[in-house]
Amino acid sequence: MSKIIEVKNLVKKFKDFVAVDDVSFSVEKGQIFAFLGPNGAGKTTTIKMLTTLLDPTSGSIMLNGFDVMVNPNETRKSFGIIFQDPSLDTELTAFENMEFHAVLYGLGRKTMDDRIKELMELVELWDRKDELVKNFSGGMKRRLEIARGLLHHPAVLFMDEPTLGLDPQTRNHMWSYIKNLNEKEQITVFVTTHYIEEAEKVADRVAIIDHGKIVMQGTTTELKEATKTDNLEGAFLALTGRSIRPQDAGNDAMRLGARMWRR
Amino acid sequence: MHYANVIYILWIRQLKRYLRSRARLVSSVAQPLLFLVALGFGFGPIYAKAGGGDYITFLAPGIIAMSMLFTSMFGGIEVIWDKQFGFLKETLVAPVPRVVIMLGRTVGGATVAMVQGLVIFLVTLVVGFRPEITPALLFAPLVMFLMCMLFTALGTAIASRLNDMQAFPLVMNFLVMPMFFLSGALFPVDQLPRALAIAVRLNPVSYGVDGMRATLINVNHFGLSVDILALALTASVVIVIGALLFNKIEA
Repeated sequence: MSKIIEVKNLVKKFKDFVAVDDVSFSVEKGQIFAFLGPNGAGKTTTIKMLTTLLDPTSGSIMLNGFDVMVNPNETRKSFGIIFQDPSLDTELTAFENMEFHAVLYGLGRKTMDDRIKELMELVELWDRKDELVKNFSGGMKRRLEIARGLLHHPAVLFMDEPTLGLDPQTRNHMWSYIKNLNEKEQITVFVTTHYIEEAEKVADRVAIIDHGKIVMQGTTTELKEATKTDNLEGAFLALTGRSIRPQDAGNDAMRLGARMWRR
Repeated sequence: MHYANVIYILWIRQLKRYLRSRARLVSSVAQPLLFLVALGFGFGPIYAKAGGGDYITFLAPGIIAMSMLFTSMFGGIEVIWDKQFGFLKETLVAPVPRVVIMLGRTVGGATVAMVQGLVIFLVTLVVGFRPEITPALLFAPLVMFLMCMLFTALGTAIASRLNDMQAFPLVMNFLVMPMFFLSGALFPVDQLPRALAIAVRLNPVSYGVDGMRATLINVNHFGLSVDILALALTASVVIVIGALLFNKIEA
């Protein structure tokens, strides 16, 4: 097995605040890797660095054989991402959002049309494809984001809280589709989620991050054994404690701002 | 081919957004119309008495330039909107050099501004403006294109460094408004006090306004070739700077 993601001594500082503190881990090709942690632990910041959206303060990231900092363009060809925050153009229709993505990723017309239909049917939005996204409910937008993220079949698929706010039906559909992609096309999946039981079901390997540091990584079984717990949620709580975390303030202000302008 | 498609889809996106936003369409016609009517007819008699001739004829090219300036700056600054709505991330992680993304957006924004300029041109005809039919008229689309590219790229460059919309009124009040008022869009620039004359000369909008006048009414201050050269040069520089800043955006 070869390593498709290799992160070494990754650090990200925002002024005095260390969001990601000397993190190292690697993901093997074809694995489903779950990256878990409480709110504000540094998951999204890490994903942003892995996906060329943020420059690390120090450390190195190799993705699909490319150095993310040195070769952002090649890196971008290697991954797809489903963001935690909304990233649709609400002034376009659902279909136009899908089409836009397909063109960005250079899909041919035939593949484009087939996959758009297949995925929009998967998330049950095909009959509403010509509606403007601004008229969609939160759940519908989320489903569209997921469908869009699965349009091109990248080497690595990042999913930042993909199932947040989705009903169990859609979650199940989505996971079986991703499992299938993962097996058929050897797509590596890197996922963060708060639904720990979901991670327990699908993940080959798990890393738990807290306060910007990785507290433990291994298979689900390893984690449960090390913490002497009988499920992953128990292991998670044993490792990260039971106190509730404040959300990252900067991020919140940004989300609030976005909400304000959406009206 | 891939990059050409990407530029096309970004271009068509801007056009769709423009055509779908009815409020924006209406307000973008209302303001120039107000300027034309209030200033045009208000100052008309005095302007004629001072020997300047028909003020509407003088003013119309300036107002067309104004609406293109506002629309293209706005189109560039829309990058901040996309940052806040999250859509920008979608384009920033795409396997396309950011220069291509920036160019697609800029061409799209510039096209919208040109359409806007054309609409205002039609409005000026209604108000009573009559362009001079001369060969120079053929260069009007070029002047419009250069001007719209320049200011869309400038808006994009500025927006690349800003993160929230609160900066928007700052840009309007301290950059766009001064550039507009010091461009000669509203008054002739032939006999200005020295300081003002220098400001006008350093202001890229002046060359857009002058270029519009040169092509539409065959009257100008700098000369059409100077206008085109100045616009083309500044546009190139600003596009390069814009692309560099856009490339550095972190989300």
